[in-house]
Amino acid sequence: MAGVSLAELHNGFSLPSSEVPRCGWDELCTEICTHIGSGARLAALAGRPVNDRLEVLVVLVRPEHGTLALGRAEVGARFASLTPACPAAHMFERELAEQWGVVPDGHPWLKPVRFHRSYRPGHDAWSRAVDDSILPCVTDFFRVDGEEVHEVAVGPVHAGVIEPGHFRFQCHGEHVLHLEIALGYQHRGVERALLAADPRRAIHLAETLAGDSTVAHTTAHCVALEALGAGQAPPRAEAIRAIALELERLANHVGDLGALAGDVGFLPTQSFCGRLRGDLLNLTALVCGNRFGRNLVRPGGVAFDLEPERASELGARLQEILQDVRGALELLFESSSVLVRFEGTGSVSSSLATELGLVGVAARASGLERDVRAELPVGMYRFAQVPVSTWHTGDVFARAWVRWLEVQRSAVLVSDLLAALPTGGLATRCPAPRGDRIAVAMVEGWRGEVCHLVQTDPGGRIATYKVVDPSFHNWMGLAMALRNQQISDFPLCNKSFNLSYCGHDL
Amino acid sequence: MIRAIRERWRQGYRTMPYPEQPPVLPDRVLGRPHLDPSRCPADCHACGEVCPTAAVTRNGGLALDLGRCLFCAACSRACPTGAIVWSGDWRMATRTRKATVVRGREIELAEALDTRLRRLLGRSFKIRQVSAGGCNACEADVNVLSTIGWDLGRFGIQLVASPRHADALLVTGPVPRNMQLALQKTYDATPAPKLVIAVGACAIAGGPFAGHEEITGGAAATLPVDLFIPGCPPHPATILDGLLRLLDRLPAATR
Ligand code: SF4
Repeated sequence: MAGVSLAELHNGFSLPSSEVPRCGWDELCTEICTHIGSGARLAALAGRPVNDRLEVLVVLVRPEHGTLALGRAEVGARFASLTPACPAAHMFERELAEQWGVVPDGHPWLKPVRFHRSYRPGHDAWSRAVDDSILPCVTDFFRVDGEEVHEVAVGPVHAGVIEPGHFRFQCHGEHVLHLEIALGYQHRGVERALLAADPRRAIHLAETLAGDSTVAHTTAHCVALEALGAGQAPPRAEAIRAIALELERLANHVGDLGALAGDVGFLPTQSFCGRLRGDLLNLTALVCGNRFGRNLVRPGGVAFDLEPERASELGARLQEILQDVRGALELLFESSSVLVRFEGTGSVSSSLATELGLVGVAARASGLERDVRAELPVGMYRFAQVPVSTWHTGDVFARAWVRWLEVQRSAVLVSDLLAALPTGGLATRCPAPRGDRIAVAMVEGWRGEVCHLVQTDPGGRIATYKVVDPSFHNWMGLAMALRNQQISDFPLCNKSFNLSYCGHDL
Repeated sequence: MIRAIRERWRQGYRTMPYPEQPPVLPDRVLGRPHLDPSRCPADCHACGEVCPTAAVTRNGGLALDLGRCLFCAACSRACPTGAIVWSGDWRMATRTRKATVVRGREIELAEALDTRLRRLLGRSFKIRQVSAGGCNACEADVNVLSTIGWDLGRFGIQLVASPRHADALLVTGPVPRNMQLALQKTYDATPAPKLVIAVGACAIAGGPFAGHEEITGGAAATLPVDLFIPGCPPHPATILDGLLRLLDRLPAATR
């Protein structure tokens, strides 16, 4: 059992909502803190209006048990903030406040997350009137006072081909005392649309939650729907999903490593990797016709097969690419002028990473063994074990090095999967969701864990659809990594995290 | 240094022969669809019923709006008579919104800028990319054009860091309300004459977010658009084709 007030659930499964115990908010907070103290982490907090109160559902990852733990409590217009005791909850509580107009009392920095109106008209955490205009990032910012302190504001439109966001630095000369990141420019209303979703649209919304993580998000979406409908993708489909997920990881990691090389002016690796990333995306296009894995993952399975010739072409081209990737990256990691820029830059200690609840590459680069492929395996990962790649220094070097380790391991995994593709069908019919159930699907995308939490009403319609992109956990990690750095190192630090704006803004 | 040179030697010359030769695309890539309305059975609306973005209709004759299309192929799979087939043709850029609607095999592809403007631009074309709600797929396939594989620089085209340096804005994403003002300000900061290029289904018509109150429905709701490049996301070859078409730089082989 997961404790008196929590229910246990396996990743990729569902349970009747009634089996998730209800308790008081304070009791739930105590339970959350106890679990986090013993190695669990916060995966999601989601709100759902019940009469004029709000039901808050929590999902914890409990790695030592290989399970998830779910609990819930009702809150009124105000409740005691969990964040002071559990800093990893800070963004989730801001999100609850913005979406549902509730106030977590004692939250240290209660600001909007995405700058939209509350989903419950008449409830607003900042007492704004319904006709007050809400402008993105027009809000309080933390300020450092002092005669020689100055503020640098960057964005929303940046210098590169990159999504919009606003960064505010408090600097003393070149020295960054504090960075505050304000997002919301990319808010497209995806979660709200997923509730009402036209079934024809839902999968496309999942595909574009974060376009560079199409396979991760669509897989989580489909696994959640399959869990609600008691459907099951056939083994061959699960293998193809895993191959596509690892190709997505390979392309993005290689691209990021090239961009990191570019940020320190190491042009050979930058230009090699820029091309190689494209070649890796072309492998995904070989599978499904789209470089980002659109149209591949569908509820019940996958839409495209890997026939023997296609599989062997894929394998052969991957080997070729990998040889060039190795050449490009050995050059990078053996170059002292690169290492001197990577090492010690933008460090996040493992205790800070734990406190902030970082996930994915950023967590593993701070020495935390967090990878749901190993911790909560679903689909093909139940059979194909992936070693968790970590490094302990928490700096730009570590975030680069972990990517390189993962590139090597993903390539081995893809080859293994290609060599032993299960036989059988590509998809089964995914039955309609059953009523009054909760499903959680977590998939380790290339940035980190993607979490889709879906709850149905008695009629089987979707009542809650919560998406947690790894970026939602990790943006604060970037802000902290910049403390006491040179402002000129911001691009390098930013790229080493390479977080998603649209995945955060939804 | 020696190692870097050796590795450069080993990796070799990697810029692809496009546009001298057509791009090599994997067999499953969906290019521009060819429509054959004569095959439509009376009263069949199978395509329109499955389309996620109402891009394909039969009201007033079979028509598929590439501007809204997500290239999911649900319509062609639903079609009982094969009236919609995917050609693998990467060329899809148009100068007007109306021209993105396919009714048969051909569409009116984008024409070059007038000679006065082309002379003004000379041999250089500077683009400022603005992501406004883009999911990072269109952005990635614009970015890839700067890599050695596509080598955008050989055409005198460059992605620049400031709107002040730009001849054109290249907009991706459905332009969320939260991003509208920033997009407008970026446009205002760009010196005239200036062009606007809408890349991807989102920037043309809102994409999968069409109808959401959080978005404005694409670039044209805020700015005058001069070039529409359909796709979700468009293949890099489709984007480059559009740019080269505008500048009249395509050789006969790929025009
Ligand atoms: S391919 Fe385009 S037109 Fe056809 S169903 Fe999909 S979105 Fe609609």
